[in-house]
Amino acid sequence: MISQDHILDLLQNVKDPEVPVISVLELGVVRHVDVEPDGKAVVTITPTYTGCPAMDVMAADIRKELLDHGVPAVEVKQSLAPAWTTDWITEPGKAKLKAYGIAPPEKTGDIRALKGELPVVPCPQCGSTNTVMLSVFGSTACKALWKCNDCLEPFDQFKCL
Amino acid sequence: MSRPGTGFDPRSDPIMSTALFTYALRLGDDLLILSHRLGEWCGHGPVLEEDIALANRALDHIGEARNLYDYAVKVEGKGRTEDDLAYLRAERQFVNTKLVEQPNGDYAHTIVRSFLFDAYHLPLAEALTRSSDAQIAAIAAKAVKEAQYHLKHSSDWLIRFGDGTEESHRRAQEALDALWTYTGELFVQDDVHEAMVKAGIAPDLSTIKQAFDATVDRVLAEATLKRPADGYMMSGGRQGKHSEHLGFLLAEMQYLQRAYPGAEW
Ligand SMILES: [Zn+2]
Repeated sequence: MISQDHILDLLQNVKDPEVPVISVLELGVVRHVDVEPDGKAVVTITPTYTGCPAMDVMAADIRKELLDHGVPAVEVKQSLAPAWTTDWITEPGKAKLKAYGIAPPEKTGDIRALKGELPVVPCPQCGSTNTVMLSVFGSTACKALWKCNDCLEPFDQFKCL
Repeated sequence: MSRPGTGFDPRSDPIMSTALFTYALRLGDDLLILSHRLGEWCGHGPVLEEDIALANRALDHIGEARNLYDYAVKVEGKGRTEDDLAYLRAERQFVNTKLVEQPNGDYAHTIVRSFLFDAYHLPLAEALTRSSDAQIAAIAAKAVKEAQYHLKHSSDWLIRFGDGTEESHRRAQEALDALWTYTGELFVQDDVHEAMVKAGIAPDLSTIKQAFDATVDRVLAEATLKRPADGYMMSGGRQGKHSEHLGFLLAEMQYLQRAYPGAEW
């Protein structure tokens, strides 16, 4: 019988297909892991964005990882409530985003962007805060596109949700 | 993948069940049809960032539509799927407003159409988070945060156009004048909607109209655009009576399922 802790260890290997340095656990999309008496694992995930095309891939990757490591049966359920928020990205997850060149989201309590004021987003390359948002919609639904005025590099920001 | 059910069982009352099905369909159809229109810009956007922005917005809308269709077919209880609703209904069975099916036109028309919808959709989603129906509330809680970004996006562009050059101002005002006649239908409260209000599922649309008016007035003032007078207002979409444009849109959207029934990928 495979324990819940072991399944959590395995889930650490399942990465976000669009940001392959951060795991589904660090992204905060895994809400529950249950192991039923017959050994079947039931993993409940919550979508980041409602239309995020990566969710189906994550569900398939979770199934494959667990089945490949001896879990006899796997069910991946999707739950909408409570709605996912970028606050659920773990601190190690945020550090990995930054190292990968994506500015991590600010806390939702500090959501100045939606009140007409832009957040201060340091450049993940050089650390400068002399940055400017180019577009609120970046390479994927969850990111905004920014530019650094000092090192002149464009970069993605995981936007606050 | 399965989604959890809710404590509320609308199927226990056939009249409520039908009204709730229609209501979920109305919410979903607005989003699906607008999503398709925005998707038509993919590869044709005026600048790369906007091409990407519209594709992302289309994804948000289609995601919310899928959640609503998925719930609608459960409420209906006849074994249909979300794909059946999207691909196998005829024009007269779609209950979206006429606003969202209007053609893209120039970029001002596309932005104004989205702005008018966003100014209605955001307060509606906020109100629906307090719905007595747990699944409608959960879908809205997910959508409301995305809707804030949508309204910011369309407002920013409308201000840029209106307060921009003589040409961009003229085009934005023309788009606003042309599309204003479709805004009335967003706030028509018929029997289906009254039943939803009584059950605490949907908000009274007069409160949504107040929020819409406030947003429109604020943004148009900053954009130096003139709010059109409330003249004749188009309606009929909610009853399946559409403008000539929807049929062409569906012909393209549904082509694959009609040509290859049951195709999946
Ligand atoms: Zn920099």
